[in-house]
Amino acid sequence: MAIGHDAVLSEDDETTPLEYRHENDVLRIYGFWLFIATDLVLFGTLFATYVVLRANTAGGPSESQLFEVPIFTAETLILLTSSFTCGLATFQMHRKKHGWLSFWLVVTVLLGATFIGLELSEFITYATHGATMQRSAFLSAFFTLVGTHGIHVSMGILWMLSILYQLWRTGLNSTTARKVFVVGLYWHFLDVVWVFIFTVVYLTGVAH
Amino acid sequence: MPGYDRHHPTPFFVSGDPMIYASDVLIALTLVGVVFVLTYFRRWRWLWEEWITTVDHKKIGIMYLLAALAMMFRGGVDSELMRTQLAFPNNHFLGAEHYDQIFTTHGTIMILFMAMPLIFAMMNIAVPLQIGARDVAFPYLNAISFWLFFFGAMLFNLSFVIGGSPDAGWVSYPPLTETPFDPGPGENFYLLALQISGIGSIATGINFLVTILKMRAPGMTLMRMPLFPWSVLSASVLIIFAFPALTIALALLLLDRLAGAHFFTMLQGGNPMMYVNLFWVWGHPEVYIVVLPAFGIFSEVFATFSRKRVFGYTSMVASLMTIAVISYFVWAHHFFTMGAGPGVNSFFAIASMCVGIPTGVKVFNWLFTMFKGRIRTSLPMLWAIGFIPNFAIGGATGIMLAAAPGDYQYHNSYFLIAHFHQVLIGGVVYGMLAGMYYWWPKMFGFILDERIGRWAFWLFNIGFYVCFMPQYQLGFMGMTRRVYIYPADMGWSTLNLISTVGAYLMGIAFVLIVVEILYSAVWGVRDTTGDPWDGRTLEWSLPSPAPHYNFAHVPVVTERDAWWGQKEARKKGEIQKETRPFQPIHMPRNSGRPFIMSLCFFIGGFGLVFEWYPLALVGLVGILTSLLMRSVERDTDYYIPVEEIQHIESNLGRA
Amino acid sequence: MNTNANRAFPWKHVTGFVLSIALTLLALWMVQAHVMGFTALISVTLLFAALQILVQLFLFMHITDSPGPRYHVIALALGLLFTFTIVAGSIWIMTFGGNQAY
Ligand code: HEM
Repeated sequence: MAIGHDAVLSEDDETTPLEYRHENDVLRIYGFWLFIATDLVLFGTLFATYVVLRANTAGGPSESQLFEVPIFTAETLILLTSSFTCGLATFQMHRKKHGWLSFWLVVTVLLGATFIGLELSEFITYATHGATMQRSAFLSAFFTLVGTHGIHVSMGILWMLSILYQLWRTGLNSTTARKVFVVGLYWHFLDVVWVFIFTVVYLTGVAH
Repeated sequence: MPGYDRHHPTPFFVSGDPMIYASDVLIALTLVGVVFVLTYFRRWRWLWEEWITTVDHKKIGIMYLLAALAMMFRGGVDSELMRTQLAFPNNHFLGAEHYDQIFTTHGTIMILFMAMPLIFAMMNIAVPLQIGARDVAFPYLNAISFWLFFFGAMLFNLSFVIGGSPDAGWVSYPPLTETPFDPGPGENFYLLALQISGIGSIATGINFLVTILKMRAPGMTLMRMPLFPWSVLSASVLIIFAFPALTIALALLLLDRLAGAHFFTMLQGGNPMMYVNLFWVWGHPEVYIVVLPAFGIFSEVFATFSRKRVFGYTSMVASLMTIAVISYFVWAHHFFTMGAGPGVNSFFAIASMCVGIPTGVKVFNWLFTMFKGRIRTSLPMLWAIGFIPNFAIGGATGIMLAAAPGDYQYHNSYFLIAHFHQVLIGGVVYGMLAGMYYWWPKMFGFILDERIGRWAFWLFNIGFYVCFMPQYQLGFMGMTRRVYIYPADMGWSTLNLISTVGAYLMGIAFVLIVVEILYSAVWGVRDTTGDPWDGRTLEWSLPSPAPHYNFAHVPVVTERDAWWGQKEARKKGEIQKETRPFQPIHMPRNSGRPFIMSLCFFIGGFGLVFEWYPLALVGLVGILTSLLMRSVERDTDYYIPVEEIQHIESNLGRA
Repeated sequence: MNTNANRAFPWKHVTGFVLSIALTLLALWMVQAHVMGFTALISVTLLFAALQILVQLFLFMHITDSPGPRYHVIALALGLLFTFTIVAGSIWIMTFGGNQAY
C-alpha cells in the first residue's frame, strides 16, 4: 500500500517499466528483493549444515555412491532452461505481449514440474536403497537442503499458476506486471541456489 | 537402524502441582471475565473492527505494547518464583523439574515474547510518525506480523497447562532436547512457538527496512532522519539476516524430533554442537536487535530533555551501523568452552571486544549531549540516565567475558547471569520503559503520573543493583547458573538472600508501574498540545493521539530535528500557516485475514506439537488458502475524502 | 533504464542462457575429467557458480532497474557477505579451527 507520498509516479511514462509505475509496486518489488536476501541467508545456513555434516555417513551410503551424473545434470539443465523461459516471460511482459507472456509462463511451469518430478524420483530411488533421512547425518542434511529447494520450486509453480489465472482474468496491468516480475525474481533466485546445490552437493560429491 | 520408541504416554492437561491448578483456575476466571465484560458492554464488534482487523501501525503498536507488558508479568512472576526458591539454602519451594521449566520459560518469554514485541511496539508507534509517513510500507503484512507473534506467544504459554512446559533452557541445546532425553511435547511447543513468531519478526524487519528507506517525507534525506529510525534500520538489517539462522536451527531440531533425522543426535553422525553454532549465529545478533532500538530511544530522549541536538549525529549513525555489522562476527563467544582452538577463539574474542568501541562512542556522545544542556529529569530522562551506569558496568563485564581464557572461568556461572541481566534489563528494559513514558502521550493522549513513576523508577533501579551485584560475586564464588538448590555451607546464603530482596523490589516497581498506568488513565494530565515534552521530531507536530492517516499534509523537511526547526522559525515569524489544500488520502483497508491466517498457524503448530498430522494439515491448508485469497484480492485500499479530513482536522483544532 | 524492452529479440536473455549452460557443462566436464587436484577443482567450480550469480542478477533479474537509490543492491551484497560468513565461519568453527577433519 502506498501511503508515503501521493500515489502515482509516472503512470503514462512509456520509458518506465510497467511494474515500476505505481509507488505501491515499487515498494513491493523492493520488499521482495529483501525477502530474497533473507532467503539467501536461509539457504546459506542449510549449506553450512550440509558441508559440516557431509562426511558423517555413519557407515551408510556416501555421496559418490548415491549421486548419478545423468540425473543431476538433467535436473540442472532443465532448471537453467526454465530460468531462461521465465526471463522470456518478463521480456514479453515489457513488450506488452500478453499472449507470449502467458505462453512462456506455461513453459516455465511445465519445466518446473518436470524438475520436481525428476527430483522426487531421485529421492524415491535413494529411499528404496535404504538411503533415507533417518539413516545418517549426511542424508538428513542432504534431503533437507535439496528438499527445501524443491519445496521452494513447488511454491513457485503454484504461485505462477495463480498469476496465470489473474492474467487471464484481469489482463496485463501494472499489478499483474509487478507480479510477473516478482515471481521471475523468485524463480531466477532459485536457479542460483540450484547452481550452488549442483556445485557444492553434486559435483563435489562425485569429484573424489 | 537405531530408532527411538517415541510412543510415550503424554498427559494432556498438566496435573499434579497445586500451583498449576491454581493457575488453571486463574486462567479460566480471567477468560470468563474477559468474555463477560465484552458481552456486557457489547464490545465484541468494537474489538473486531477497531483492533483485531486493524492495519493501522499505531494500534498495532499499542497491541504489541499491551501484549509485551502481559508477557513481562508472566516472565517476572517466573523470576520471582526462582528467586524465592534460591533465597535460602536447601529450600524446597520448587522442585528440580519445576525450576527447570521456570528458567526456560522465563528466558524464552523475556527475550522472544517480551523484549521483541516491546521493540516492535516502539517501532510501530514512532517510526512512521517520525519520518513523516502515513503508515508502514506494508500495513497488511504488519498485521500478519503482529498476529503471528501473538499466536506464537499463546502457543508457548499454552504449554504451561497443556502438555507441559519446555525445560531445557531458553537455548534448548541438543542432545538434551532430542526425543530420547526429552520426550514430552514441551520442547515441541518451544520449537513451534518460536518458529511462528520468528516468521512474523522477519516480515517486520523487511517491512521497516522498506518503510525507512522508501517512505521518508520529501526532503528528509537519510542524514536528516532522527536517530530512532536509524537504530530501527540497523536492527531491521540484523533481523532479516539473523532470523533465518534461527528458523533453520529450530526446523532441523524439529526434524530430529518429529521425523527421526540425525542433525544433532549423538548417533548416526549427528553433531549437537552444530545446533549450538547455528543458534548463536542468530542469538548474538538477536541481543543487538533488541538493544539497538533502545539506543535509538536514548538518543531521542537525551536530546529532547537536554534541549540540545544530539551530540555527534554522524558518529552515532556510523556506530549504529558498525555495531550491526560487527555483531554478526562474534557468535562463537557463546561457546568458547567448546574448545574450537586458539585461532577460532582469538578471532571471536577480538571481534567481541571490537563491539565495545562503537558502543563507547555512543555513551560519550550521550554524555556530551547532556553537557551544558538545560536538563529536565522527567520520567523518560530518568530511565535514560539510569541506563548509563548500568551499561558501563554491563559493558565492562562483557569485555571480561569476551576474553576467551577468562571465559573458561566465568562460563555458565552467576557472573554471566549478572552480566546479561545488566545489559538486557539495564539496556533493553530501561530503554523500552523510557520509550514507553516518552511516547505514551502520543499513543493515548495523557501523560503518565510523575510521582508514582519516580517511586517506581527508584525502587526498580535500587532493586536492580541489590539483585544483580551480589550475583557477580556469587559467580566468582563458584555458583553455577541453573542450580535449583545449594547446601548451606557454601558461603552463598547471604548473597543469595540479598539478591532475592532486590528481585522483590523490582517486582514491587513493576506493580507500581501498572498502578501508575491505571491511575493516570483516570487522573493523568491530558496532552492537549500534542507536544508535551517540547520535542524535536515530527511526531510531536501531530495531535495526541494522531488521526489514523497521521499527516493531513505530508510534511516537507529541510533540516534535522524538523519539528524543532519549524518551532524556531515560527517563533521568529518566518513560517506562515499551511496553505496547501487537502487532498484525498490513500489508505489500506482493514482485514480480518491476518488474524485468521495466524490462527491457522496456531492450529497447525498445535497439531505438530502433539504430532496430530491431520490437524497440522488443516492449519497448512488454511494458511495456503489465506495466501491465495490475498493474492487475488483487489479491493485492498480506499481514499479518505477531503471533507472527512477537513472535519477531523477541524475537530482537532488544526484546520 | 530498461534497454531491453523495445527490442524484438531478447539478446540479453539469450546471452545469459548460453553463458549459464556453458559454465555448467564446463564445470561438469572438468570434474568428470579430473583436470586438476580436488581442492583446485572445487575452487574453480565454485568460481563458476559465482559467475552464474552475476549472469542471473544482471541478465535475467534486472537488478539495475529501479527508480531511486539502489538500496536493494546494498542489501543483497550484505546478504552475500553474511551468507559467506555463516558458511565459512561454521566450517572453521566446527572443524575446530581446521584441526579436525570431519
Ligand atoms: C525482575 C527482573 C529479573 C529477574 C529477578 C531475573 C532473574 C533470573 C533468574 C533467577 C534466572 C535463572 C538463573 C538460573 O537459575 O540459571 C534468570 C535467567 C534468565 N533471564 Fe532473567 N530475570 C529478570 C529479568 C530478565 C529480563 C528482562 C530478561 C531478558 C530481556 C531476562 C532474561 C533471562 C534469560 C535469557 C535467562 C536464562 C534462562 C536460561 O538459563 O535458559 N531476565 N533470570
